[in-house]
Amino acid sequence: MQLDKIIIDAFEKHSIELITTVPCKQLSGVIAELETRESMIHVPANKEDEGMGICAGAFMGGKRSAIIMQNTAIGVTINTLVTLTQYYRLPLPMLISFRGELGEPVVCQVEMAVHTKALLAQLGIPTYHFHNPADVHELDEILKYTFMCNKPVAILTDATFWKGE
Amino acid sequence: MIRSEIIKNLVPVLSGQLVVCNIGLPSQEMHMFGDQPSNFYMLGTMGLSSSIGLGLALAQEKTVVAIDGDGSVLTNLGTLPTIANNVRDNFILLIIDNGSYGSTGDQPTYAGKKTSLAAVASACGCENVIECQAEDAVSVMEAAIASKQMTIIVCKCISGNIPVPVITLDPVVIKHRFMQCIDA
Repeated sequence: MQLDKIIIDAFEKHSIELITTVPCKQLSGVIAELETRESMIHVPANKEDEGMGICAGAFMGGKRSAIIMQNTAIGVTINTLVTLTQYYRLPLPMLISFRGELGEPVVCQVEMAVHTKALLAQLGIPTYHFHNPADVHELDEILKYTFMCNKPVAILTDATFWKGE
Repeated sequence: MIRSEIIKNLVPVLSGQLVVCNIGLPSQEMHMFGDQPSNFYMLGTMGLSSSIGLGLALAQEKTVVAIDGDGSVLTNLGTLPTIANNVRDNFILLIIDNGSYGSTGDQPTYAGKKTSLAAVASACGCENVIECQAEDAVSVMEAAIASKQMTIIVCKCISGNIPVPVITLDPVVIKHRFMQCIDA
């Protein structure tokens, strides 16, 4: 899909060389696209906080890193975001599938969706919501901004975004 | 022998190495016995020493030693399959296994009961897993560093703590001086 390619191209443009992932159905295409790039190390993680630890180490080791995960992971990773990523001022782009939004068939996903933006706001995490496919073109500036400010930054991508192209 | 004695004994061997130190007393003991800019002290985030260490090892060529504890590894048990399947021969994971949550009052862990972390690591696919006693920690670490092979060391010891001051270094300072060592 075109969106998958645009996203991974943007990561590549900003010299992101290590990406950890915990899969989501909405993210399967972007993870498959990532697998095709020799310039990037893909480290599948078993849990998102583990992935953020790997990203922290990779960044300190000289490789820009990013995580791809589902919005339910915000519930898993609050402590890591606060006491590692934010506390040590580490940049971390987080490409997040925003499950539980319009078009969601799985009822339980809505339960975390209604808390997602409130939690990110409470944590002071800059948050961008991709709803229309054209929103993807903001990713370039978002990545530039992330590595300028040394913060975790959330990019929420909902079902309408993914199906809209 | 207790954990603080192992850490004290390891200070000369770890001199100049990139060391990721686990949250709580292990970091405080490393700081007290052998502070160096190439030590990364975790001030929070229980469980992620091995993950930070793996990320570091994946990103650059210098040897990385991650010091972890049995309680912390149990908190982040998913780390062992990730390590096993992303082999980096510049990575050494030292799990100091005193069978207890030392920093919180020596409550027993399952690693001190029926669960063998060395067996778990092997079952996860880790290839060079060495279980040793506290007295052998220095020689096992020296051999692991010399081997240039990814190694998981489970070092058994008894539980117990000594008084150590907290670390007052700012996290950004810890990161900054650590990254300067990597660049050097």
